[in-house]
Amino acid sequence: MSRFWPLIKLLPIKTNFRFVRYAKLFGSLSVLLVIASVFFTVWPADNKCGGLTCGVDFLGGNLIEMSTAPEPVDLAEIRASLNQQGVPDAQVQSYSVPGSDPTGRFHAMAKFGNLEGVTAGETINRVKAGLTEDLGAVQFTRTEAVGAAVSGELLQNGVMALLVAIVLMLVYIWFRFEWQFGLGAVIGLFHDVILTFGLFALTGMEFSLTAVASILTVIGYSMNDTVVVYDRIRENLRKYKKMPLGELIDLSINETLSRTIMTGVTALFALTVLAVLGGGPLQPFAIALIFGIVVGTYSSVYVAAPVLLLWGVKRGGPDEIKPIKLGMASRP
Amino acid sequence: MVHLSRWKVILLAVTLALGLLFSYANALSPAQREALPGWLPKPTLNLGLDLQGGSYLLLQVDVDAMREKRLQNLSEDARQVLSEAQIGVAGIARDGNGVIVTVSNPQQTNAAVDALRRLLATGVGLVSDRTVNRLGDDRIRYAYTDQALAQMGPTAVEQSIEVVRRRIDSLGTREPSITRQGADRIVVQAPGESDPTQLERVIGQTAQLTFQMVDVENSLQEALAGAVPPDAEVLFGEDGTPYLVKRRVIVSGENLVNANVTTDQSNRPAIGFRFDGQGARRFGETTAANIGKPFAIVLDGKVISAPRINSAITGGQGIIEGSFTIASASELVNLLNGGSLPAPLTVEERRSVTASLGADAVRAGQMATLIAFIGVLVFMVLSYGLLFGGISVVALLMNGLLIIAAMSLTGATLTLPGIAGLILTLAMAVDANVLIYERMRDEANAGRSPIAAMDAGFNRAMVTIVDANLTTILAALIMFWFGAGPVRGFAWTLSIGVVTSVFTAVLVTQVLLAFWFRVARPKKLPIAS
Repeated sequence: MSRFWPLIKLLPIKTNFRFVRYAKLFGSLSVLLVIASVFFTVWPADNKCGGLTCGVDFLGGNLIEMSTAPEPVDLAEIRASLNQQGVPDAQVQSYSVPGSDPTGRFHAMAKFGNLEGVTAGETINRVKAGLTEDLGAVQFTRTEAVGAAVSGELLQNGVMALLVAIVLMLVYIWFRFEWQFGLGAVIGLFHDVILTFGLFALTGMEFSLTAVASILTVIGYSMNDTVVVYDRIRENLRKYKKMPLGELIDLSINETLSRTIMTGVTALFALTVLAVLGGGPLQPFAIALIFGIVVGTYSSVYVAAPVLLLWGVKRGGPDEIKPIKLGMASRP
Repeated sequence: MVHLSRWKVILLAVTLALGLLFSYANALSPAQREALPGWLPKPTLNLGLDLQGGSYLLLQVDVDAMREKRLQNLSEDARQVLSEAQIGVAGIARDGNGVIVTVSNPQQTNAAVDALRRLLATGVGLVSDRTVNRLGDDRIRYAYTDQALAQMGPTAVEQSIEVVRRRIDSLGTREPSITRQGADRIVVQAPGESDPTQLERVIGQTAQLTFQMVDVENSLQEALAGAVPPDAEVLFGEDGTPYLVKRRVIVSGENLVNANVTTDQSNRPAIGFRFDGQGARRFGETTAANIGKPFAIVLDGKVISAPRINSAITGGQGIIEGSFTIASASELVNLLNGGSLPAPLTVEERRSVTASLGADAVRAGQMATLIAFIGVLVFMVLSYGLLFGGISVVALLMNGLLIIAAMSLTGATLTLPGIAGLILTLAMAVDANVLIYERMRDEANAGRSPIAAMDAGFNRAMVTIVDANLTTILAALIMFWFGAGPVRGFAWTLSIGVVTSVFTAVLVTQVLLAFWFRVARPKKLPIAS
């Protein structure tokens, strides 16, 4: 303890958890979770988005958000109005606005397909006119209309982005470490991404462009975490040439544990604030990130590191596992 | 690191000064900014449409429809020219880039080629976009060159952007942004315009104005029953009245010099127009030859009115009467003056947000950022003490300043997900500090002297910091590459944040720690156990 300040310690300075010992248990659990997530994401297969609740971004169609303030919103009336207008696939729900309407009493959101033979934009214009007629004073705060061609491209680009991200990470780790590490990192990544998909499928949170952004961020964070652990493993591999790999992995995870927890806690704190106060479209985004950070931290410890045991790592002389110099740091 | 290198201090001071210079304007009100001298840079954050309210339209230029129309026009042209030259035509058939004309009397084939070649000369420029080739005894191919056909799409998109820009300007929309996306799409962003209906109506109209003769020789009833003469078509008026109109266009909107709102004899709104020389001449000749007959004024395939010609109109001026209101007349005038779209535009994607919803989002974002910031600050001080924690807080503050400055300077757009990116960056920014401090603590605990522990801590943590942050940058770059709109905003915020946070965490921490070390000469690091 310092005499300057009673520093709080989240953990004792030196921890000695034996993570690898439980690797089999947690590994099996992870495999089960991944399988379950894949199942809930792709099933039912006849749906374009499987088990995910795709937004208008990926399915095409229309979205209107409206406010009936100062009158409370009447969802049934909105549904009736939409049905009467013959709008297909109408879904109506209330939603909250941080600050002005935290309980969602005055705001409603409607999603629907296009009227027959009418473009997306024109459908919205007609529905707005119809709603104004049936409900009286309605304020339309947000509208979105996405055509079929564009939504298809957005979906394709989203999937491409995720795949390219994962491949690039693999290449990067391969380049900076070795293929054994690259493979381990990518397994960790798939684990995190698939579980996050599972979260979207199970909670029914809207899967939109923002959701893809949140998954990409989870990829970035998860890699960040994995790299810190791997970096320490690589260093310890050179330091302790005779130590069995399992022990060495445990040592490395323990040494980086306080950092892992510190960073995770600050990120989780900030994101929780966002989830509570951000409201509207930011809430699912923040929730996905919180989930992703928890899963990403877990996978760095229990998936990406122990998985190295499956195929081992090269333990040659120091020249063989020397990292590529970036020119900005010198190692003793 | 412990001996303060001068360039690091200078670099830090310069960065801090630049950060202040490019971000201070965000703290001022618009009025205060106006009052500043002009030479002072005053960039501010550019808020996305989801934060300030506005409309986003993604338009598709229907190049295929335009090509089809142009190819159709080829056969109209050929038919008209040959009939004027009194050459009998046995048939006109479509063929790839153009049409094949079969002449009734093979002896007239050469004359027909000459007549068609005269059409090429009417094209502007030295090289015509069409060719005329004799294929055999009685057949002539009249077609667009491959190059012209390939060029048609890009040219149409360019022209469409120009026309859309003029039309939106005529609406008085504030700072619209009109950009091309991909090969045949146009993105229109209109901040402050929360109802895109009018925007869409104005943009979507092709505004093809044509003057055509009404066919009085043939029966409208028969045409409606299906027997439409080959040189005529049935068009409808605003009220649904059918008209049998000759296909041949006497004058089109291209010959229009100017249109304006005026009134007719009974004081109803009408549209005054004036043709250029060529238009005036053609209109004069046709009206002189057809006194007493009606002609149709057609806009986008709809007959606006079909007045009778009372006398030859040679001045090239006139008025269009129709069932106009002042508003619809002035909208049409703006459309006509803005020029017609070369190809139809369809709205593929459309998003709009009201300003009040955007303002709510900004308030929520500010609140969340502030609380997250304070939380991280308290957490760091509690974990690493006033000195080390305080240094990381200074680094974090500087980081926030630099992010705002960089985003203001690059004109980057801050979107709602961008705010999330900002908050996440704040949390991740301390990661570099945590890595450095944890490393120093390890080294100190391993028995190194404070100075050696600090040095080793820095150097070793650097490798990890760079590796770890490059992965985030990679993810952000991919988002920027594949993402659209708000996601790009998020990616950009995240990228800027990663760069500035590594910079500040490393440099600010280094310089401040070195200062402290010089002054205090500690025997022991306060974070060591």
